[in-house]
Amino acid sequence: MSTGSNGKANGHPSAAQIVERAQALYEDLSFTSARRWKSADESRKVVGYMPIYVPREIVHAAGALPLGILGGGDQMEVIHGDAYYQSYICRIPRSTIELGVTGRLDFVDGMLFPSICDVIRNLSGMWKLMFPQVYVRYFDVPQNYADEIGGNYYANELSELREDLGRLAGREITDDDLRRSITIYNENRRLVRELYRLRAECPWNAPAPEVYLVLRAGLVLPVEEHSAMLRDYIAAARAEERPIRDNCRVVVTGVFCEQPPLNLIKSLELAGCYVVDDDLMLVTRWLTEDVPTDGDPLQNLAAAFLHHSENTAAKYEPDQGKKGKYLVEAVRRSGAEGVIFASPSFCDPALLERPMLQHVLKDAGIPYIAFKYAENSGQMQPIREQAGTFSDSIKLWSGA
Amino acid sequence: MTTKPARPVATARPAPAPKVVEKDASMLKQKAMMAAHYDRLSDAPETGAKVCSTFVPGNLNELVMCFDLLNNLPEVNAIQSGLRRQSGSYVLEAEKIGHSEDVCTYVKSDLGMMAKGNIGPNGRRLPDPDVLLLSYTGCFTFMKWFELLREQYKCPTIMLHTPYMGDGKITPNMIQYMVKQLKEEVIPALERVSGVKFDIDRLREYLKKSAEAEDDLVWVLQSARKRPSPIDAYFGGIYYIGPIFGAFRGTDDAIDYYRFLREEIADRLAKGEGPVTPDGDMGSERYRLVVEGPPNYTNFRQFWKMFYDEGAVVVASSYTKVGGTYDLGFRHDPAKPLETLAEYCLGVYTNRSLPMRVEMLSKYVEEYEADGLLINSIKSCNSFSAGQLLIMREVERRTGKPAAFIETDLVDPRYFSAANVKNRLDSYFQMIEQKRGGARPVKEAAA
Repeated sequence: MSTGSNGKANGHPSAAQIVERAQALYEDLSFTSARRWKSADESRKVVGYMPIYVPREIVHAAGALPLGILGGGDQMEVIHGDAYYQSYICRIPRSTIELGVTGRLDFVDGMLFPSICDVIRNLSGMWKLMFPQVYVRYFDVPQNYADEIGGNYYANELSELREDLGRLAGREITDDDLRRSITIYNENRRLVRELYRLRAECPWNAPAPEVYLVLRAGLVLPVEEHSAMLRDYIAAARAEERPIRDNCRVVVTGVFCEQPPLNLIKSLELAGCYVVDDDLMLVTRWLTEDVPTDGDPLQNLAAAFLHHSENTAAKYEPDQGKKGKYLVEAVRRSGAEGVIFASPSFCDPALLERPMLQHVLKDAGIPYIAFKYAENSGQMQPIREQAGTFSDSIKLWSGA
Repeated sequence: MTTKPARPVATARPAPAPKVVEKDASMLKQKAMMAAHYDRLSDAPETGAKVCSTFVPGNLNELVMCFDLLNNLPEVNAIQSGLRRQSGSYVLEAEKIGHSEDVCTYVKSDLGMMAKGNIGPNGRRLPDPDVLLLSYTGCFTFMKWFELLREQYKCPTIMLHTPYMGDGKITPNMIQYMVKQLKEEVIPALERVSGVKFDIDRLREYLKKSAEAEDDLVWVLQSARKRPSPIDAYFGGIYYIGPIFGAFRGTDDAIDYYRFLREEIADRLAKGEGPVTPDGDMGSERYRLVVEGPPNYTNFRQFWKMFYDEGAVVVASSYTKVGGTYDLGFRHDPAKPLETLAEYCLGVYTNRSLPMRVEMLSKYVEEYEADGLLINSIKSCNSFSAGQLLIMREVERRTGKPAAFIETDLVDPRYFSAANVKNRLDSYFQMIEQKRGGARPVKEAAA
């Protein structure tokens, strides 16, 4: 696939052109680009995955396309999906079922359901029952972070996944295949981190809705193509000279699974909050350091997961002294002035975690607000008012 | 000086005599055991006993006892608060201090109870735990629950992670992972907290006792295959599982209780009697149901009455398997003490994949000759509830028996609507009658 460069004189697309393409990918609930990728070669396979993290390197090493499935958003009417869930279950599983039963995922050969919560866990079993022709795996990860205990367990799980995906793809996945894929994903993660640094430095040039769309494109594009997009966007955004608004700077947290509507992210900025860090689509930067490319690749992926990975509600924190400190660090690192807890309704991980994180922020003297949303929330006025008041209070009353 | 006229006597109606709730001897024995345990907990500050809080699924009572620790189960405390109509105020208290209205009410009942002085069902203060054994089995909420408790109690917290049976099987990798956690982290940490050295032979002895009681429990649960069923395997079953799911598994008390219970049920069976309900013998058995999901505790008797008034008996339930799937053949095995604890945790009902649950419930409908499956969907419990509508359809498709769906909550009284539940149950019983090929008798339908 080409990036369709027809932009500025230097041959690179403009930020607006990149964002336009990313938005088209975001809105395409038929996953045309992934279908096109698959149809180019009949041996190609597509493996879907849900939040929060799967080792996409192994899917890539099998020659398959990892495809992030994040529900149906606010543009898809859920008709069948609601018949599978009670009113008190969050929305992402019902719209994901809708994607499945309406045939939008009929080209997907495998689905990975990571260990994030009981709803996604149970969805793995539902998928087995509803789509028996699809390879389905509940992707469990250790909650024990000792190399000899959780590390060994996880490396063995990765080994099983490697064998399964090798069978699905009809080829053996060699260590060298894995090392090549790790190298490619290391580069992708470096670019994502660079994008996040850029936004923290000058959020007016890399607005949150744009960063969101560019990041989200990485869930449907081949990684090599996404890295090219990231490079282009970072270069284009750096070259922009957009007006600086009198906004406060915030970290948004709780948005790691069911996606907030794009309008919600836009509303935060319109209300006076520059988003300078978030926990959206953590799979794109879950591993916080490069994974070594020498030695045993599965052991390297396991060690990276145990010792160099993001923190979030789905992970157990063994040390009470460190509980929630990652959020304080995110605030300090990004120069944020406050935190917005945006949690999907009925999201156990985000909502159970929230009081503990709020206590940590309170102790650190960091202001915060909280609200809930659903992926199809339409009314943004209350959120805009709440975020606007928060922004004003920070600007007027903050000790900084 | 004028005297105030006395209130007319005629308006004061005599208070009705308190209704005597009937309990069979095993229920009274169970109640006494539970009360004694709560007293042991309340006495802990005086006796010096150390307390370990943990969970029912993945409850490692035999191991806990090896360190002379008292087992305290916050879920059971929440249930007790629900039965005593106290959980509603506890839930509100927790919401007042910042916990979302969307999350598990067991957690909120526990946190609210703590905020209000941690008074247990015996009316006495429950002690702070010395250690939290986070046996993370089959429920995501457990992990956050104990992180929340750790924040309050600031005591050592030990994680034992049980992998989920997503592919419907226990793999050697899962067992090795769990045994390593037990050997290298859980046991050393319990030794540190308790000051007691681990003795594997002591563990073996407890495990042997567990298996003995488990045999009798299974016999009792499977007695419901007979017609009429001598037990109610859901409402009555909750009493039966109390000791073995809690602090008694591995003890002589549990062996005695389950032997006593078995004899009592054998006697009912011999006499052709049905279950004992709070209003006495149930009377004729008209509907045999399999129930999926936990019960509502805030209106427990009212809920049960809706069944026994109609002659509906629950012959098998999934809830009575959350603390172990003994009826599927599992027994604690003293020959492989740590592996058996791992297998136990892995096999509990909520750690089983959805296809496994469908298989199990379908088998229950057939083996217990049930009229169908009833799902009580719990607002609080995603581990149980997410996917239940598909379970319902699948079991219906596989067995050809009608299924129905009601919604309540564990311990939040705001989510128990008696009229709604009753309406749905009535419709369900009519559906069963129609499926049997005959309309419901007029007299019954009008009742």
